Amino acid sequence: MNLLISNGRLVDQDGERRGDVRVVDGEIAEVGEALTADADDRVLDATGFVVTPGFVDLHVHLREPGREEAETIETGSRAAALGGFTAVVAMPNTDPTQDCVEVIDFVREQGRRAGLCDVLPSGSITVGRAGEQLAPFGELAAAGVRIFTDDGTGVQDPLLMRRAYEYASDLGIVMAQHCEVARLTDGAVMHEGACCSHLGLPGWPSIAEELMVHRDIELVRLTGGRAHLLHLSTAGSVDLVRRAKADGLDVTAEATPHHVSLSDERLESYDAVYKVNPPLRTAADIEAVRAGLADGTIDALATDHAPHVPESKELPLDHAPPGMLGLETALGVAIAHLDMDLVDIVGALSWKPAAIAGVADRHGRPLQAGEPANLCVFDPTEGWEVTPARLASKSRNTPYVGVGLTGRVQHTIYDGELVVLDGEAQR
Amino acid sequence: MTRSLLSISELGVAGVGRILDLADHMAEVNRRPNPKVPALRGKTVCNLFFEDSTRTRLSFETAAKRLSADTMTFAVSQSSLNKGESLRDTIETIGAMGVDAFVIRHGSSGAPWQLGQWTTASVVNAGDGWHAHPTQALLDMYTVRVALNRREGFDGLRVAIVGDVKHSRVARSTSAAFRLLGADVTLVAPRTLLPPVHDEHSTSDLDDVLDDVDVVYLLRLQRERMSEALVPTLREYTNRFGLTPARAARLGKHVLVMHPGPMNRGVEIAVDPAELPGNVITQQVTNGISVRMAVLFDLLGSGSESSLAGGADG
Repeated sequence: MNLLISNGRLVDQDGERRGDVRVVDGEIAEVGEALTADADDRVLDATGFVVTPGFVDLHVHLREPGREEAETIETGSRAAALGGFTAVVAMPNTDPTQDCVEVIDFVREQGRRAGLCDVLPSGSITVGRAGEQLAPFGELAAAGVRIFTDDGTGVQDPLLMRRAYEYASDLGIVMAQHCEVARLTDGAVMHEGACCSHLGLPGWPSIAEELMVHRDIELVRLTGGRAHLLHLSTAGSVDLVRRAKADGLDVTAEATPHHVSLSDERLESYDAVYKVNPPLRTAADIEAVRAGLADGTIDALATDHAPHVPESKELPLDHAPPGMLGLETALGVAIAHLDMDLVDIVGALSWKPAAIAGVADRHGRPLQAGEPANLCVFDPTEGWEVTPARLASKSRNTPYVGVGLTGRVQHTIYDGELVVLDGEAQR
Repeated sequence: MTRSLLSISELGVAGVGRILDLADHMAEVNRRPNPKVPALRGKTVCNLFFEDSTRTRLSFETAAKRLSADTMTFAVSQSSLNKGESLRDTIETIGAMGVDAFVIRHGSSGAPWQLGQWTTASVVNAGDGWHAHPTQALLDMYTVRVALNRREGFDGLRVAIVGDVKHSRVARSTSAAFRLLGADVTLVAPRTLLPPVHDEHSTSDLDDVLDDVDVVYLLRLQRERMSEALVPTLREYTNRFGLTPARAARLGKHVLVMHPGPMNRGVEIAVDPAELPGNVITQQVTNGISVRMAVLFDLLGSGSESSLAGGADG
C-alpha cells in the first residue's frame, strides 16, 4: 500500500517545515510540497497535524514470557503503536529472564509476529538478575542485543559493575543502570519527604538513587565504559549527569513522563496506581528533571511502561507492586507538561533514544526520500483524557485518569504499514 | 453519604469536640449498674483485625455491645494471610452479609482508605500501619480533658511525646489531636526514630523538656528496632529516653503520664506507674470504651442522645 501524508508539519532533526510525505514499499519515496496522489495512494490529510519519525521507547515491560496475564508482547506492541512508537526496548525482567539467546530470540520473534513495532529485547547484566554473575554479553551482543540492564534492581556489587563496564567496553553495547542502593530502600513505598512522613509510609530517599548515579559515573570515568542511566527522578541525579557530560564522559540518561508530571502528593489517596519505582518525587525534582530534558542533560523520554493486573494494584500500598502504564499517554503528557519546543520533545521521543538503542539506522531517521517509513502523525493540540477501559494494554494501571493530556497520536506507520489509523489500531 | 472515621485531620476540631462531648454521655452510661443502652440495636459492627491487637479489639467489642449493636469479629493475622488474597474480596464478602460499620486494624498504612472504596458501610480506622490511630488519639484527648478538667481546649498545654515517633500511628494521630486542640507538642526522640520531615518541635534531650511539660506521653519501643540500627541498645534507650526513677522524681505532681499500651516495663518506663502521681494510663484504657461508644454512636446512631436514656435488657 502506498500512502500520501499531505499538508503536515514535518518535524525531524533538521527542524520543521510544511509538506507532503509519500510512502512506497516501506520507504519514504518522496518529500515535497503539493505532491499529487497516484490512483492507488491512500491519502491521509495531515492538515494541523505533525509528522515525525516514529518514537522509540527505551524502557518497557512487556511481561512476556512469564506474566502474560498483565501484558503480552502483542498487547504491549499495540499500546506502543497507539502511542506513536515504532520501536520499544523490552526490559529483561521476564520469567525466564532475558539472559540467554533463547529467550532473546523468543521475545524478538513474538514482536515480529505481532508486527506492530520493532520489539528490541534487552539483556540482563547478571544471570537471572541475581546480581552475582555476568550474563554472556558476547553471545547476547552477537544475537543483536544492544542494551543490558538488571532493571527492577540496580547492580549492587561495585566490583561486579566495574567488571561489567570493562568487559562490555569493546562489544558495542550499553550498560543501562537502574540506580537504587537497595539497602537504603528496604521496604520503601514512596519518596522520603514530608508526604511519606505524615502518611506513615516507609520512604525511598533521593540519595539511594544519587549514590548509584554517582558510582556509575565514576566507574565510567575509571573504565572508559558506556552507561545509560534509567528513569532518573531526582534533582541531584540530574546535576550529577550534567557534570558528567560536561566532563565528556560517555553517559546518557532517560526520564519518564510520570516523573515530569506527577508528584508524591498523589499518594495521599493511598491509591497503589501511584506506586512506582523510583517513586514520584517532589515538585522541585519534577522541575529539575524537566530542566534536564530541556537542556539535553537527559537525552530521552522513556515510559517505564509497567503493566500490572488490577488485583495487584488493589493490595495495600506496601504489598502492591510498583509500576504504571505509559505507552499510550507518553506524548500527551510530554506536550502538556514539558515547556520545550516541539522539535526537542520529538527528539527526546525519537532520534535520541534511537541512537541509544542502536537502531538509528531504522528509527528516528530524517524525513527524507529513501529513509525507512517508520512514522508518527499526531495532533499536537488535541486535549483528551485517558479512558482505562479503552487502553490497548492488557492492564489498567494508568495514573492519568482525570488528568488533562495534550497531543494525541492519529496515525502510526511501521515499516510502511498503517498500524494505527485515526487513533485506532489496525491489527 | 456514609460517614467514616479515618483520621483526626478528617474529623477536624469540631468533630473532635463532638466526640468528646458524646463520650461524657457514654461515661455516664458506663457508670450505671447496667451499663448498656439500646442506641444501636439492630446495627451490626464487624471488627476486622488483620493485625493482632487484643486490647483495641476488646475495647471496640465492648463499646459496640454496650450500645446493643451486634458484633462479629474477623481476626486474621497478616502473616497467615496469603498476600495474594484480596482485601477487596474480604470486604465485599463480609459486606454482603449486611454490616453497618467495619472497624479495621491493618498493618499497612492506608488500608482503611482502600477499604472505604469497596463498601457502603461506615469505616472506623482502628489503626493502620505507621499512619493513624484516631480512636486512640480521641481517648487520649478525653483522658486529658477529664484529668485536667479542661473542656475548653488545650491552649498553652505543653506535651512531650517520647520515643519511636517514626513508626508510631499513635504518635501521628495523638500529636495531631493535641495540636488541633491548641497544645504545644514536642517530640522527644533520637533522629533515627523521628519521621524524615515533621512540623512539631523536636529534641533528643528528654531532660531538657521535663521541667516544662504538663503531659509526658511515652511510646512503646518495638524491640526489633534494635536490629535495624535505629537504637544502639535497649539500655542506652532507657538511659536517654526512658522514664527512669530519677526522671520520675523530677516530674511535677501535676504532670500527666500517658502510654498507649502495652508497656515495655524497664524500657520506656522504668518505674512502677502506680507510684506516679500523674499516672492516667489505666484511665486511658477505661476511657477507651466511652470514646469508642461515642464514635460508633456518632456514625451509626439516630442522632438523638435520648436513645442513651433507657436501659437495655440483656
